[in-house]
Parts: sequence; C-alpha cells; structure tokens
Amino acid sequence: MASITSLAEAVADLVHDGDQVALEGFTHLIPFAAGHEIIRQGRKGLTLVRMTPDLIYDQLIGAGCARKLIFSWGGNPGVGSLHRFRDAVQHSWPVPLEIEEHSHAGMANRYVAGASGLPFAVLRGYTGTDLPRQTDTIKPITCPFTGETLTAVPALNPDVAIIHAQRADRKGNVQLWGITGVQKEAVLAAKRSLVTVEEIVDELEPRPNAVTLPSWVVTRVAEVPQGAHPSYAHDYYVRDNEYYKAWDGIGRDREEFQRWLEEVVR
Amino acid sequence: MTYTTDEMMTVAAARVLKDGTSCFVGIGLPSTAANLARATHAPDLVLIYESGCIGAKPDRLPLSIGDGILAETADSLVSVPEIFNYWLQPGRIDVGFLGAAQLDRYGNINTTVIGDYADPKVRLPGAGGAPEIAASCKEVVIVVRQSRRTFLDKLDFITSVGQDDRSAFSGAGPRMIITDLGVLRPVDGEFTLTQLHPGVEVSQAIEATGWDLKVSPDLAETPPPTGAELTALRKLAG
Repeated sequence: MASITSLAEAVADLVHDGDQVALEGFTHLIPFAAGHEIIRQGRKGLTLVRMTPDLIYDQLIGAGCARKLIFSWGGNPGVGSLHRFRDAVQHSWPVPLEIEEHSHAGMANRYVAGASGLPFAVLRGYTGTDLPRQTDTIKPITCPFTGETLTAVPALNPDVAIIHAQRADRKGNVQLWGITGVQKEAVLAAKRSLVTVEEIVDELEPRPNAVTLPSWVVTRVAEVPQGAHPSYAHDYYVRDNEYYKAWDGIGRDREEFQRWLEEVVR
Repeated sequence: MTYTTDEMMTVAAARVLKDGTSCFVGIGLPSTAANLARATHAPDLVLIYESGCIGAKPDRLPLSIGDGILAETADSLVSVPEIFNYWLQPGRIDVGFLGAAQLDRYGNINTTVIGDYADPKVRLPGAGGAPEIAASCKEVVIVVRQSRRTFLDKLDFITSVGQDDRSAFSGAGPRMIITDLGVLRPVDGEFTLTQLHPGVEVSQAIEATGWDLKVSPDLAETPPPTGAELTALRKLAG
C-alpha cells in the first residue's frame, strides 16, 4: 500500500546517493517538483534514466546530481539544445557525465521488459545506425522461429521511478490521463516508486483513457499542486511554452544557471 | 503574395502528403508542413506523434510533440510503447516526416554528435524516434534547410538510415529531401537535385551542398505557393 507523505519526506526516504532513478513523463506530467526536491536534498552520483531528459534533467545534471544518463533524446522540444547536458558531455561540467544512449523505441521496450519481469526486450530497431557501436546494451538476436536477426535491449529496473499524476485517492490509488507515455511501465519496472499528484481526492471518478495504478504497486504518494510545471497536467494547466523558450537563455550560461538554481530551487 | 524561402519549403513539403494517408510527424519543420497539408488539400491526413497521439487535429502549431492540443484533438491516445510497437514497427504508417541536423548523399541522417563520439565537438540531442521511423514507415520525407553545414560529404555518426542498404527494412526509406532551395530525389541511391523552387539557381543548390551534387537533366520548377497555402500557413503559425 502506498503511504501519503510530504514530497521532502518521500524523496529523503526513497532516493539515495548513487541510485538509478527514472523521472518519467513524455512532455506531459513531467515531475519537475520532485526533480527540484532531489536537487535541494543534494543527491549525488545518480544514474538518471529518462527517454527525453528535457529541462528537468538539464537542471539535475547542471546541479551536479548525476553521474550517468540513460536516454534517447536530449533536446529542448521545439526550441533547441539542452545546454547543461551538452556542457556536461562536452566539458564534464560540473562533473563528468557518462551516457548510455538508445532510441525511443529501445527505451520504451526496456521499460516494458522491466515491467514484465523479463531480462530483455526484442524489437526491430537500430539496424544500420551507429548506435550499437557506442552502446553495449544493444545486441543482435536471432529469432528462434524464423531465423530473422532482430535487436535485443536489456530490461530497465530502476531503484526508483518518479512520476506525476493528476490525482490519487486517500488510499494512494493513482489516476492519470491524457498523454500517459511510459509512466505505467516505469512504475511497474522500478523497485520503489513515488507519485506526486495535483490533488488527493475522496474518490477517483472514472475518466476515459485513464491509467490507474493501484495503491499496492506504488510506494509513496505526495500532493504537489503544479508539480509538473513548466510541463503540464491535462485538465489542470497547460504547458508553459514560454518557460521552455526562456530556459534556452538560462541553461546556456553557467552563471545564469547557477543564479537560477539558487533563486528558484535552493 | 510575397513569401519567404522557409514558406516555400514548408508548402512544397505539405504538397507531397496525400489526403487519407497516415504520417508520423517529427517536430519542427516537418510538423509545420504536415499540419499545413491537413489545413489545405489533405483534411483526412492522419497525423501521428510519437507521444501516442493518433489522428491529432491541432488548429495551431504545437511547440513539442506532446502539447495538450495534440492529445485533446486525437482520434486515439496510446502509450509510448504502444505507438512504437503496434503502430510504427509493423510498417502500417505511410510516410515518416523527419528533420535532420546533418545528412549525406544517401539520405543518412545524423542527429547525435559532431566530431568524435567519446569527445564530441557538438553534442546533438540524439536519436529519439528517428531510427525506427526511418526504418519502418513505408517511405520517408526529410524537410531541412540546405547548407554546407547540413549537407555533408561524410557524416560523423549515422542516427537513421537512408538509401545505403534497405535489405533489412520493410520501408523504402527516404524518397525526397525538401529544402528551402528545391527537392532532391534518389537516382541510383544517390540524392540528386530534381526540382528547384522559383527564383533559385542551380549554382545556389550546388554551393549549399557539401558533396558533388548531381543535377537531373529534367529539372522541374516548384509552382510558387498559392495565396490559400500562404494564408493557411500564416494562420497556423499564428
């Protein structure tokens, strides 16, 4: 059963230095508030897992929380580059960042394997690209039935998955809808999980297309209104596209970024 | 109406999308062109975004591939594993619409790294959905501004595969590169200039290409954007 606590308590209990942590949310429902809490608590040496690092990992990487990044697309969608991510890869600032790079299809299937209790996933992917030469978690595999060569990628089973959802009830059952990305798989694949929610309600009314995560697969729930901003929460608030555009200027400059970190996060 | 070279490129790209087909849409220039097609000659074009939105019908351009307007207007909303495994991988999507940081004469795309992988000069965003879009859509159209920085003789990294060797793939790969100067199509596997936009000289296209660009003897000229196309495009960009 999930217990309902404050965000600070949940992060202190679930996220440890050196953990493999996946904060998921595909454009929508990105758990920014939880990411900022990890920065405030000064976690170090994390292996960050996420399909689209987005601003949230740009911030965690720039704050020096990460040792390694497992990802598939590290840009600011529709705007340009993630400059803290680039600075870490190109200049090891503020600390060196090891990368393990996949495609979206590969990452999605790694979570599926993790959620399914399988050691690996199989897909048609990566063929002809240079990714298998750089990433040793991409291997060819022969289909035992047809003899066809396919691609295998290992399961992801993060120590902690963190997601944001629209709401939970008082027992800790979680409901999310709109673009639900890979969050269900991330929670089911992880050893521990934290869900921040816009609100805790007495009863979860059914929603079309909603994903429900029952309380017994979630470790902690924390109520954090606006916890996905500048990402968005469908039916609560829209994506703050101006913030994403403004981040380009903040993220580009080390001093500007550090000022932002002190003023806004710490 | 006067128009910019970017507008010409977007209009030319929109025109290749047929009504009633399905298109897997990359963000940026491809998304603008696909939405323009739906707003003009192809109202039943099915726009598919990797965030899981199938049949999105935005009335303004999304900034990202997962903006709320895409989810709100979609025929169907599926998870990210599902969009890649059930929809893209089996080859049921007609056209993949991609951008590129760099490409070569075979239509291979690099969006990963400039320079050495382990010690990069410029770290680019990476693959995203592109390798499997390029592999599995029935065909691929690349929309990109043409310059020597982008059209390279040799790529530092192949993120998604062009016309080099399609034996491992169900899809036909890139069939067109649509730029701000004209259109390139593969001739014997090599992208060749086959069409120029109005007012563009062949020499400009050659100058903006990092390989020895071949030019088709039957060079076509793109019809200029119509007033209706420009009006629709400017309304989308709002």
